[in-house]
Amino acid sequence: MHIIESGNVAAATGVKLSRAQVIAAYPITPQTPLTEKLSEFVESGELAAEYIPVESEHSAMAVCIAASTAGARAFTATSANGLLYMSEQLHWAVGARLPIVMCVANRGIGAPWTVWNDQQDTISQRDVGWIQIYANDHQQIIDAVIKAFRLAQTVSIPVMVCYDGYLLSHTYMPFEEPAQSSVDSFLPTFAPTHFLDPENPGNFNTVTLPDVRPDVEGVIAPGYIEIRHTLHQDLRAALDTFVEIDREFKKEFGRGGNPLIEEYRCEDADFVAVCIGSLSYQLRDVVDGMRENDVKIGVMGVQMYRPFPDEAIVRALAGKKGVIVFEKALSYGNQGALYADIKSALYKSAERPFIHNYILGLGGREIKTQHLLDALTASCTSPDTFEDAPRWIGLKL
Amino acid sequence: MRKDIIEIRWHGRGGQGAITAAKIVANAAFVSGYKGVVMAPTFGTERRGAPVFTSLKISKEKIYDLSPITTPDMVVVLDHTLLEEVNVVAGLKEKGLVVLNSPRPVSEYTFDGMTVAVSDVSKHAVEAGLPPGIVNSGIIGAFAKASGLVDIDVLVQAIENEFSGKKPEKNARSARIAYENTADNTADNTAIGGNK
Amino acid sequence: MTTDKFCSMLSRSKPGPGDGGNTGSWRVLRPVINLEACIPAKRNKMACFHCWLYCPDSVVSKTIPPVINYDYCKGCGICAEECPAGAISMVDESTPLVEDK
Ligand code: SF4
Ligand code: SF4
Repeated sequence: MHIIESGNVAAATGVKLSRAQVIAAYPITPQTPLTEKLSEFVESGELAAEYIPVESEHSAMAVCIAASTAGARAFTATSANGLLYMSEQLHWAVGARLPIVMCVANRGIGAPWTVWNDQQDTISQRDVGWIQIYANDHQQIIDAVIKAFRLAQTVSIPVMVCYDGYLLSHTYMPFEEPAQSSVDSFLPTFAPTHFLDPENPGNFNTVTLPDVRPDVEGVIAPGYIEIRHTLHQDLRAALDTFVEIDREFKKEFGRGGNPLIEEYRCEDADFVAVCIGSLSYQLRDVVDGMRENDVKIGVMGVQMYRPFPDEAIVRALAGKKGVIVFEKALSYGNQGALYADIKSALYKSAERPFIHNYILGLGGREIKTQHLLDALTASCTSPDTFEDAPRWIGLKL
Repeated sequence: MRKDIIEIRWHGRGGQGAITAAKIVANAAFVSGYKGVVMAPTFGTERRGAPVFTSLKISKEKIYDLSPITTPDMVVVLDHTLLEEVNVVAGLKEKGLVVLNSPRPVSEYTFDGMTVAVSDVSKHAVEAGLPPGIVNSGIIGAFAKASGLVDIDVLVQAIENEFSGKKPEKNARSARIAYENTADNTADNTAIGGNK
Repeated sequence: MTTDKFCSMLSRSKPGPGDGGNTGSWRVLRPVINLEACIPAKRNKMACFHCWLYCPDSVVSKTIPPVINYDYCKGCGICAEECPAGAISMVDESTPLVEDK
């Protein structure tokens, strides 16, 4: 059934259909309507979950960690400074390998205070070890939430589903709400192998010595570095697992097919614009316009940013003349994080395309189609005049 | 950039329900075959009573650009007192349409060559049995008449769905009365529906 | 879809003495039970065992009398703090061990 609702409601509906069992969240713009909607679902009995109001985002994640350790399907949502406030617990959740799912309505970070969209919040958390999936419209939000629960419990790694604050969280557009029965058959009940069980007590994530050592039964137990190495290996393997999960999702629901990257008119393109989030859809109109003027250009949205789908990206960019990376975040003091990642992935390619970086839209600065057109035109017509440093779009002073 | 998109800007005051009105039209448009429907409220700091606007874009194809409307085809004004505070016709395309809730006759309004349609929605809402001040259902009737974009019956159905549990019949009646009582500034009152 | 390949190494273990390594070497003060005062020892009844319950390293046995495993007792003194009979004293680690009688 199609409904027209906000992106936050799309996310909440996905959480409801996924039958989350414990929800803990602290309100922060622009995420708030999502958890408000969830509290309504719980209140009305539509969702059989424990809704735990907490006094901070740090506590929200702590509650999710506890609930997930006890074997419950846990969910939270946040934005911007709220995400950063829970950062310490984010590391814990992933180190403990808990399949928590969290939505982040992307918002710029203070200071100075802003409530508007950019992606600095989640991009700054890219090295935590959480899986990061980005949605470009409401259909992708609700679908990504459902897939995220499946992925998280398959690989025992928490997943962030990120979408642009306001641009997606507060806009309304039509999307298909999947049937509960289909979601139930796609997403099996969460049945962890290890969980807090009074009948079978265990130590979880206690002080782990630098070296390996025998445990109480004399079996050699891993040290910290082995456990972290396993996490990294599992994250890399999660790329293939997500492709598989997406394939099964497509079988059940008929949607998907672009789990890692989403390409638009890239096949015969000389130039490819790359970005994360809803901007990649806005760029489609620009690309269409440039195509009418015989510029062979396409756009690629990066759907999964961590683990980084380097092989898929390198394959997609093979033989291109130029790559233009637009980012609503950056690694301060260096360059755009995505730009640096893509450059690094392309390093092993035999023929490397030129690659440019644009920073734009920080703190909700409106991204004008004309700006995008100007930037792409400049990059495609005079690639050699660019420094490696990013160019900033839309600065007025 | 795209010519297939109809852009409608809704002006109201915080709390007046402009978002709900635009959402109802979005639903009705979608049901009527417009696959691309995007509604974007003013982002950020909203407070009751302050002027706000909502962008509604409608197309037969999927819409990718979520940025606010700057060159609308139509503007809908839920409250004529806004005209003193806001330039509601800013960016309005040539021969664009202004739909206005006002007790004054349409002849009192000239917006530089634009088509103007007026209905006293506040009054009609009370006639329909709604408490004073509920204008977001009624304005849809005026919009339906003036724009001809979406059938009034489809809109009334969308109103009843949206207001289920919140006086659906009275809100629907308010829209129907406003629909019947919308006048425009063309000689024979036939510019109405011009964007069909 | 197989999940076996994931989570081959985790920090999850059975609780028991030695889970944190050979913690006996950490000790500065050594808990010593005075069997004259210890409730189960005195009454020959399975009673009390606060020391067994509270020891964070599970190194006190639930036996008559309770016995501390000094290979793993880290000397935290919680048992001495919790003992309702005041039967446990923390003595300097340099004091020679006396065999229980
Ligand atoms: S807590 Fe004290 S009294 Fe009780 S069993 Fe242990 S040593 Fe004995
Ligand atoms: S001092 Fe007592 S409580 Fe602490 S480890 Fe040793 S026996 Fe256990």
